[in-house]
Amino acid sequence: MAHAEGQQHPVAHAGGQQHSIAHAEGQQHPIGIYLKIWALLFVLSTASYLVDYFHFQGYLRWFLIIVFMLLKAGLIVAVFMHMMWERLALLYAILVPTLLLMVLLGIGALEADYTFFTRSVFFVKGLF
Amino acid sequence: MQGIVADWSSDQRAFKNVPWGKAMMWIFLLSDTFIFSSFLISYMTVRMSATEPWPNPSEVFALTLFGEKIPLILIAIMTFILISSSGTMAMAVKFGYEKNRKMTFILLLITAAFGATFVGMQAFEWTKLIVEEGVRPWGNPMGAAQFGSSFFMITGFHGTHVSIGVIFLIIVAIKVLRGDLDHERPGFLTGRKGKYEIVEIMGLYWHFVDLVWVFIFAVFYLW
Repeated sequence: MAHAEGQQHPVAHAGGQQHSIAHAEGQQHPIGIYLKIWALLFVLSTASYLVDYFHFQGYLRWFLIIVFMLLKAGLIVAVFMHMMWERLALLYAILVPTLLLMVLLGIGALEADYTFFTRSVFFVKGLF
Repeated sequence: MQGIVADWSSDQRAFKNVPWGKAMMWIFLLSDTFIFSSFLISYMTVRMSATEPWPNPSEVFALTLFGEKIPLILIAIMTFILISSSGTMAMAVKFGYEKNRKMTFILLLITAAFGATFVGMQAFEWTKLIVEEGVRPWGNPMGAAQFGSSFFMITGFHGTHVSIGVIFLIIVAIKVLRGDLDHERPGFLTGRKGKYEIVEIMGLYWHFVDLVWVFIFAVFYLW
């Protein structure tokens, strides 16, 4: 929470202050952090590719896919899109509405189950 | 929490220290998130409710390289290309705020080149799927008919986003090279002064395109 108040990366402060006010609103961070996240994204992508390559199946496969997906998404949003340095007012304005999609996901799953059930009953011969 | 309430209940602007263009881009991206989520959730719905077996993406998207059949290799390469373009984009933003025109221009151009490569590989993938595998939006020889419609809708919409991104990357790169942003020249269709913010705003869009691909890669290709 503390970093939400300070807008800039500590390292950027030294160089950022002599510039104009408009400039102070920009996001300046050392290049190392981008390179590290880039490397990390490569590792995570390789890992998720290997899930398919080694033919993991069932719950292990789904679990690994979801974990790697969320880690990658989190890194991109937090660092590349600078969300971890933005004020909480913006962060919540963007991320909280996204959570509503979980409701749509749930409704979609319920509907799909029902559709599958009725199709199985009426269209697929010999299932019931 | 108090900080958020204070920000939202304050005068003039809710998003302190956030340029208006950036806030608007975030709100656009939020709406785009809902569009892509609708596609992905409807894909989930049709896949769950399909009574025919779903074609195995691992085999459908396999390529034969050096006489060996490697599953999903083209998609993996496309993923790495898009991630690399995100990396160069992030660095372009950094050099932009440092007013390093040359580096910003070069990195933006590399990002655009990666994006164009991605779209090219996608065109190859579509051609292979349509011509060789016989996948159509209304059916395919491998199984559930919904595979084709989901695939073309989701990857087509994503590919369109990448293509638009490439065009705008080139536009921003030219503006940077000409020094439009250093001299605060007003941009196309606007009287507002050009600033290096637009590189970051462009970056937000580009990273979002990469972000969407992360989800497509996971739930469509790997699932």
